[in-house]
Amino acid sequence: MPKYDASEISEIVEMLSFQNLDVRSVTLGISLLPALRHEDIAEGVYSVLLERSSRLSEAVERVSRRLGVRIVTKRVAVTPICDLIDSRASDPEEARRIGLRIAERLDRAAKELGIDYIGGYAAFVDSGFSLGDLGLINSIPEALSSTERLSSLVNVASTMHGINLNAVSLMGEVIKRTAELSDGRGCTRLGVFANAVSGVPFIPGAFHDGREEDPVINVAVSGPGVVEGMVRLVEGGDVRTVHDSIKRAAFKITRLGELVGREVAREMGVRFGSVDLSLAPTPAVGDSVADVLRAIGVSDVGAPGSLLALAILTDAIKKGGAMATSSVGGLSGAFIPVSEDYGMAEAVRRGSLNLQMLLAMVAVCSTGLDMVPIPGDVESHVISAIIGDVMALGVALDKTLGVRLIPVPGAREGEKVDFGGLLGSSPVLGVPKIGSKALLARGGVVPPMVNRLLKG
Amino acid sequence: MPNELAVVTVLGADRPGIVAAISSALAEANANIIDISMTVLRGIFSMIMLVDISRSELDINSLREELERKGELVGVKVLVLHESVFRFMQRV
Repeated sequence: MPKYDASEISEIVEMLSFQNLDVRSVTLGISLLPALRHEDIAEGVYSVLLERSSRLSEAVERVSRRLGVRIVTKRVAVTPICDLIDSRASDPEEARRIGLRIAERLDRAAKELGIDYIGGYAAFVDSGFSLGDLGLINSIPEALSSTERLSSLVNVASTMHGINLNAVSLMGEVIKRTAELSDGRGCTRLGVFANAVSGVPFIPGAFHDGREEDPVINVAVSGPGVVEGMVRLVEGGDVRTVHDSIKRAAFKITRLGELVGREVAREMGVRFGSVDLSLAPTPAVGDSVADVLRAIGVSDVGAPGSLLALAILTDAIKKGGAMATSSVGGLSGAFIPVSEDYGMAEAVRRGSLNLQMLLAMVAVCSTGLDMVPIPGDVESHVISAIIGDVMALGVALDKTLGVRLIPVPGAREGEKVDFGGLLGSSPVLGVPKIGSKALLARGGVVPPMVNRLLKG
Repeated sequence: MPNELAVVTVLGADRPGIVAAISSALAEANANIIDISMTVLRGIFSMIMLVDISRSELDINSLREELERKGELVGVKVLVLHESVFRFMQRV
């Protein structure tokens, strides 16, 4: 029988009770390819989903109750829907209509099963468009504005294939249209990606591909409050001491994720996939990555030194987490969303943090521009140009990066917008009124960069 | 049957009857206290217990609800976590 001393017990109790440590999400990955056996593909998707994820909700709740640990959301990631559309459509309009029918069924199934989000309404167009890709992308504005739990990702760039400028241009328009149809809300479930990978438990980046176990459980942890607490304990210590204390915190946080993942997988009788080490904030005070950066020593997020602090944090999380689980997955870094992180939103309000600094920070973390509300009147080509910048970073640095911009209709720079719940609230960020129309208009695919050659 | 353990922590203003309330609830459920540490610091009562619940009549969730209810009656906060949480996070 293990012996614990009181300080070990009180440390865990403090993490779980006062530092907002919880498991952010448990995501079940399932293949929807069996739906191809059905005559009606949308009905097939619906019945496969109902059959294969029916036990998720109950299993998660049972594990949460047994351990006494909060599990915030239950999610499902499915086979990229572009492939299913491709199997049936013969022209772009038919592809769009099939997409919409599948979207409706996915959302309905999620509601019936008590699943918070369903990811995989996805297209992969880094080297060009298939019929299914095009149909899916064209359906996104309507699909996201008529559903509540469906989330969508479009991969427009990769180290292997380059950056599809036509897709970058198109996604600027899709984001604008989605915002107009849904008062901005649909855009909270839409990500544009470079190097999207499967096995990510986070929405909107989650999808399930044929190379993963099937079905599989992937887990995401939270825990910025715990890391901040650890950093504050070593007040006055040098930077290696800080790095070391973050590593220790990351280890413990990740172990909690590993335990929950194993238990849920066991309850469901499916394989456990991986833990995403990423430190994910929530809008709660005391659960902010921005506050961790301040604890490390930057006067405010956005100040010179922010990249340095974020790089230290990201590296320590990876190293601490890597020992805690033998199955690291997903993005594994630090998330710096704006509206979802109270400290980030406050830094915007104070004027410390702007779009340019956020863009720079993307280079040393794992999210990209995430949950950034921008004025509703920003033109789509400006949005596309911003996407292009992030995609260039993703490809040049060979990492996964996403863009989740929310052009809130009617909202002006500095105005506060609220998306509710975990999505949080933030002032609207200013965006340059100028873009690079002529560059985007050139179209075509940017060739893969030289780091592609290192891959053979 | 292997041991299944829970860690019970109790915190609140000190007053008579706290230990009795919590330990009698455990006894009624046939949950066995196997380790206990208790202090009162400037009027604040704190107690940590390791409890074997493998022969308990209640599952850990029902036991948690019962202990929380008993805690409320004597004005203390009770937290019940499965021991595996501590084993995973504190032991390699």
